[in-house]
Amino acid sequence: MSFRTWYESQKRTRKFHPGWIVMTVGGTLLVAGVIAVPATLVAETAPPPAAAPSLPGASGHGKAPGEAMPKVIEQTPSPARLRNAKAIQVDFSPPSDEAMPTGEFGKAVRLGKAIFTDTQTYARQYVGNKLNCVNCHLGAGRKADSAPLWAAYGMFPAYRDKNKHVNTYEERLAGCFRFSMNGKAPAPDSKEMVALVSYSYWLAKGAPLGVELKGRGYPQLAEPSQKPDAARGKQVFEANCALCHGADGQGTEMGGRYVFPPLWGKNSFNGGAGMSTVKNAAAFVHANMPLGKGSSLSEQEAWDVAKYVDSQPRPPDPRKGKSS
Amino acid sequence: MPLPFIVAWMPGSRKRVPPRPAHLPAGATDFRSRLAGVVSIAWVATGASLAHADRLAGATLAQQGGGGVPACMACHGAKGEGQAAAGFPRLAGQGQAYLLKQLQAFADGTRKNPQMAPIARSLSAAQMRDAADYYASLPGWRQAGAPHTPSAQYAQGLKIATEGDWTKEMPACFACHGIAGDGVPPHFPALAGQPMAYTQTQLNAWRRAQRTNDPLGLMQAVAEKMSDAEIAAVSRYLENPSRPGEEK
Repeated sequence: MSFRTWYESQKRTRKFHPGWIVMTVGGTLLVAGVIAVPATLVAETAPPPAAAPSLPGASGHGKAPGEAMPKVIEQTPSPARLRNAKAIQVDFSPPSDEAMPTGEFGKAVRLGKAIFTDTQTYARQYVGNKLNCVNCHLGAGRKADSAPLWAAYGMFPAYRDKNKHVNTYEERLAGCFRFSMNGKAPAPDSKEMVALVSYSYWLAKGAPLGVELKGRGYPQLAEPSQKPDAARGKQVFEANCALCHGADGQGTEMGGRYVFPPLWGKNSFNGGAGMSTVKNAAAFVHANMPLGKGSSLSEQEAWDVAKYVDSQPRPPDPRKGKSS
Repeated sequence: MPLPFIVAWMPGSRKRVPPRPAHLPAGATDFRSRLAGVVSIAWVATGASLAHADRLAGATLAQQGGGGVPACMACHGAKGEGQAAAGFPRLAGQGQAYLLKQLQAFADGTRKNPQMAPIARSLSAAQMRDAADYYASLPGWRQAGAPHTPSAQYAQGLKIATEGDWTKEMPACFACHGIAGDGVPPHFPALAGQPMAYTQTQLNAWRRAQRTNDPLGLMQAVAEKMSDAEIAAVSRYLENPSRPGEEK
């Protein structure tokens, strides 16, 4: 029996018309469509459930430098930055130590880091006090707002008011040795200088050249409402700084090594160092001190304590008597 | 030094005196112990070292307890080395000022601890000082022969202890606690050699403000930036830290 003869015979019985099958199937599809289509539309307009929150400043951290794409961000107008605010700054994260290269260049980078964190051992002959580079450049030269190396590297050569000529990066480092370390600079082709430049270059790998990176230098403070005062600063010092640096500011030595650096006297930076300027010291202190509790002092406290520290005796500026 | 003399001199403790050499005549022991007693009493009485006297009293407290106070060594070990499994800390070689401050903190509740609070409250000020003097005089942690077992967790702990993580304002442990975690008296205790469970508990206590006796809130500021994994890693590392330069 073919389908057609079965169909015709069924039509004639008047009990079951095969057309009903078509009507039933069609009706079901229609109802399903009425329900399904608006449901799809609702799903499309609803927000995606797993939108990952992106944290500003955390982007690219720990990734290889190639992955960390520098991104231009709007600078938040915090009062601390208003003084030398730039319209835009660029976010950058230095590569992690695990990504340090191997080979001869890797050796230079590693030596640079060793000099930076333990200057007293690895660049002994160039240092005239008890400081290490890392005392002012926290986190082995990585910490933002603590004059990080990766933000300094791409800003040289540059003209500097301090010596009235265009400085290379090497000359800038030499200044640190002469003033902050109260010593003498390694020659530009010495293994120490090559190592420090290599370490800086590697930390800055992937950063745009000649662009102000976010976290460069110390965030300058606005002019204080009260003139910085050493007497008030002494109180701030005793309450917040003496714990580690000692009431006499001479730091804390353990087994021949300084855990906390001396802030004045013969073992500290000399009168030509950037830190001997109240403005710089206040900016550093406010952003970074006490260690791990940056920005916990008020700006006025930072100005006062900087004034107190910088009014203490220290080795003289080696340029004294000469034209600066 | 005077401790064995006093022990030897006390009546009823003769058996602790080493056997008399055969060549000594009878009665020599008596003479020797009496002489030692007189010497030690004279020595203490002259007040040549008050700290020494405190240490003696502290040693007695540590080993025998006294006045309803249990012996410290029951939990902190015969040599003050702590008990790793129970998470009882090492006391030997810890700074005197730090130990004293902790006892005071247990008593005044700025360091909450159900075991130590009643003990500390029943100690007199002099007893606290004695115990602190005694444990500070014991030798500190030295890395025993077997170094650590290398693991990813240990490596993470090493990094936190030596470098911290400045992307979240977290300084390195050793920036304040000394080059190898040996401590920087009077404020920063030694961390090296502390049982993992102890360090972990303390970091969590700071995070949850159950311990608030740190100067300037420095430790609280660090602990609140640490994740559970970071706390575990650094506690693991500090149990048996490598010396500087040993890695790399």
